[in-house]
Amino acid sequence: MSISFLVNGIQRTLDGDPSKPLLWVIREELGLTGTKFGCGISQCGACTVQIDGEAIRSCVTPISMVEGKKITTIEGLSSGSGDLHPLQQAWIEHQVPQCGYCQSGQLMSASALLASNPNPTDSEIDEAMEGNICRCGMYGRIRTAIKSVNSSNVASSERQKLYYSATEVDYV
Amino acid sequence: MSKWTRRAFVSSGIVAGGGLMVGIAMRPGNQVKDLASKIGEEFDDLVHTYIKIDSDNVVTAIIPHSEMGQGVHTALGQMLAEELDADWDQVKVEEAPAIGEYASYSAGRRYLLSGIDFPNVLIPTVDGMMMRVADTLNMQITGGSLSVRSTGFLAMRVAGAATREMMQAAAAESWGVPLDEVTTENSYAVHGLTNRREPYATFAGAVAKMKPSQTPSFKDPSSYKIVGKYVPRRDIPAKVDGSAKFALDVRVPEMAYASVMRSPVPGGSLVSVDDSGARAIQGVIDVVAIPATSVTNMLGEMRSSDAVAVVADSYWIANRAVRALKITWSETEYDAVSSDSIYAQFDRDISAGSERSSDRLEGEVATAFSGAARVIDADYHVPFLAHTCMEPLNATADVRSDSAEIWVGCQNPLGFRRVVADVLEMDPENVTLNNHIMGGGFGRKSLQDYAIQVALLSKAVGRPVQLIWSREEDIRQDFYRPAVQSRFRAAFDEQNNLLAWQNTYTNKNEPIEAPLIPYAVPAQDIGYVSSPIHVPFGAWRSVDHSQHGFFTESFIDEVANTVGKDSYELRAELLRDNPRHLAVLTKAAEEADWSTPLPEGRGRGISLQESFGSIVAQVVEVTVVNGQLSVDRVVAVIDAGIAVAPDGIIAQLESGIIYGLTAALHGEITIENGSVVQGNFDDYKSVRMKEAPVIESHVINSGHDIGGAGEPGTPGIAPALANAVYDATGLRIRQLPIGNFDLNYQVEETGVVA
Repeated sequence: MSISFLVNGIQRTLDGDPSKPLLWVIREELGLTGTKFGCGISQCGACTVQIDGEAIRSCVTPISMVEGKKITTIEGLSSGSGDLHPLQQAWIEHQVPQCGYCQSGQLMSASALLASNPNPTDSEIDEAMEGNICRCGMYGRIRTAIKSVNSSNVASSERQKLYYSATEVDYV
Repeated sequence: MSKWTRRAFVSSGIVAGGGLMVGIAMRPGNQVKDLASKIGEEFDDLVHTYIKIDSDNVVTAIIPHSEMGQGVHTALGQMLAEELDADWDQVKVEEAPAIGEYASYSAGRRYLLSGIDFPNVLIPTVDGMMMRVADTLNMQITGGSLSVRSTGFLAMRVAGAATREMMQAAAAESWGVPLDEVTTENSYAVHGLTNRREPYATFAGAVAKMKPSQTPSFKDPSSYKIVGKYVPRRDIPAKVDGSAKFALDVRVPEMAYASVMRSPVPGGSLVSVDDSGARAIQGVIDVVAIPATSVTNMLGEMRSSDAVAVVADSYWIANRAVRALKITWSETEYDAVSSDSIYAQFDRDISAGSERSSDRLEGEVATAFSGAARVIDADYHVPFLAHTCMEPLNATADVRSDSAEIWVGCQNPLGFRRVVADVLEMDPENVTLNNHIMGGGFGRKSLQDYAIQVALLSKAVGRPVQLIWSREEDIRQDFYRPAVQSRFRAAFDEQNNLLAWQNTYTNKNEPIEAPLIPYAVPAQDIGYVSSPIHVPFGAWRSVDHSQHGFFTESFIDEVANTVGKDSYELRAELLRDNPRHLAVLTKAAEEADWSTPLPEGRGRGISLQESFGSIVAQVVEVTVVNGQLSVDRVVAVIDAGIAVAPDGIIAQLESGIIYGLTAALHGEITIENGSVVQGNFDDYKSVRMKEAPVIESHVINSGHDIGGAGEPGTPGIAPALANAVYDATGLRIRQLPIGNFDLNYQVEETGVVA
């Protein structure tokens, strides 16, 4: 059975088991490794990609379901000209990632949210990001980064206020 | 500590392409006598880190530690660049390769040298740890919140400062000016009087012929430009566009994929496997039995039971096929063990108190209890916990007849290389190990079982194999934070003064000081009984502090409640001899508006825990409405001595708190029929965004000895949370996770829960 779909704007046609999850097609056959495996049962969100703009868990999405669809992975989030997506810039600005493994999925969920709701409330952010676990626990920074994209009144960062303030230091 | 730097051995030379290379080694010497043979030969120079300065004046810092999210590469780079007076924008950081020259001596030796100012109570732990290292040369460990305070403090700084001094000397010589008139700035040597300015690279040739100082002088911290400042992490850009390469992303030509299942009960062996169903699945290449192995590592003997793996042309196929295997495992002596039977055993062993060992025995404990006006007691316990790194365990191997190559993300590259070589019966030099950034480590990736499995698989099928553990395997085959029970008694006099503190718990690991309290209690008897369990032990973020922080900081709250004192005030009184601890606690209370009352249904709790050389206080605010617990706010204060990377410390605090919060609210591995019940994030839950509190972090630069950052945030969240729940509801939580309790329970009827 032949299945055709767009991945990051490129037409792909694959033969193979139609029940194979999109995650493993992306990673093993298309060589796009930015999308991660975390649980295999749509509980952690590391495998999140967008199908026609909607965030889905690719680990439980058989490729038979993506015939004719437009898929965006983390590799396709930035513009073709190499400019980062505003969320990617915000992720750097707020130093969001620690280990970074969940962040492709976090960014795909967050960008799907902002595409449909440019100024989400806290509870709308909670709801949209509910499926994405971060074991490094960077939820506060993720929330701040999401809100910073469309809100100029968020201070660039508390950390900018930090400075080396010791008055009495024995460094040796 | 200065003794360390005198033993540092600095060498330099020109490398191919004209760049200057400066290496720094830690030379053994004057170590604890009994350990000498374990450490290495006298005058055995081990290059610990390198600075490379290229002809374009770009400085490369080569860092012998693994990156698992903690930001270590950036922080250690900062320490080197600061003392080198380098232009940070022209500094690159790279992880050192897994070769013997980068063994992490300073991590171990920091403790092993006699004459250093370090609490005696800690020495036996570290000695014990080091003695169990079969071959110290093969240790390249990232753990114990040690990288900044060992390698950073003892090696990176020295390398930077020694190189800067040589640059100054070379410039003075070249310009014919007095040495003390030459300064440095942003990777340039400068002579202000004659307005001369040349990049470091200009002097590379001259520096290479110099004998570096073994005792360079360090900068005054008031002149720091890079250390203690906000510096964006170097690893972050690649983590926002999918380009960061984890071990899971390795692609080797002709590579097959594998999925594995190990004996569900530790110690079980493979009796038979019916693989007909598995082999019938299209894409399956082979079914391989992996024999049990036993290796020695930092934590002692690590045993891995028999396992069966399927190798296929896709992980998805391999995992489906593993689930189609019909495996018969042997019976074991643990088949009837359950969490309940383990807790019953703990209770029995604590009550029997036989062969009780002591951590601290001070004052007249028996007299205090016999003459007490009032005695309270309480039993606490915590369950087993799995690590659940976001990136499931995985590794790739290409094993040939006389050599092997491994791709893995791990916390001990040299230790992994050694055991893989042992299992393959090869010399370590014939095994190349490529270490990758890790999608979380938390202690789990210091244990080599998954790398051993993939090496044996590649050998068996004669081609490169990438082994990926399913999440179920990751949770069921972990090395666990142990379940622990802890029993307390406290004695008071008629004026409600706390006279005595008695504590007995099960099964001691590390760090040795974890159960000790900083409070001035005249009589203290803290000890433990051995109560062996078959569930394998692993270092879990903050190790023994993860349970004892909860135990001791909850029970001290019970002490305060008993005498009707404020939780902060009681602690503050008992910290009269520990001003540094008191300052951290007080800062947290102030920042959290401790003395401002909260409305009904809300509560506040406080905790204090010193671990890995840092002191952390936390104040947690909760709301409990109709039994629904919401963690609203955490105020955290850390004194890590000197904040090398302030935002990095704050990020680690946030991370450690959420990691500990997951355990406090949800974390529970239960044992039934000898094996682990939970298997994925649906039944082993993690905190998600909705549950994550606002975290306000504050860093105190006290100037004391530099402390760790990766773990100290974790121990204090559970007790502060439990104390806040008590404040809001009157319910005292003595068992974790809190999610198991019905917070609607009416305290008037029962007094307490748990």
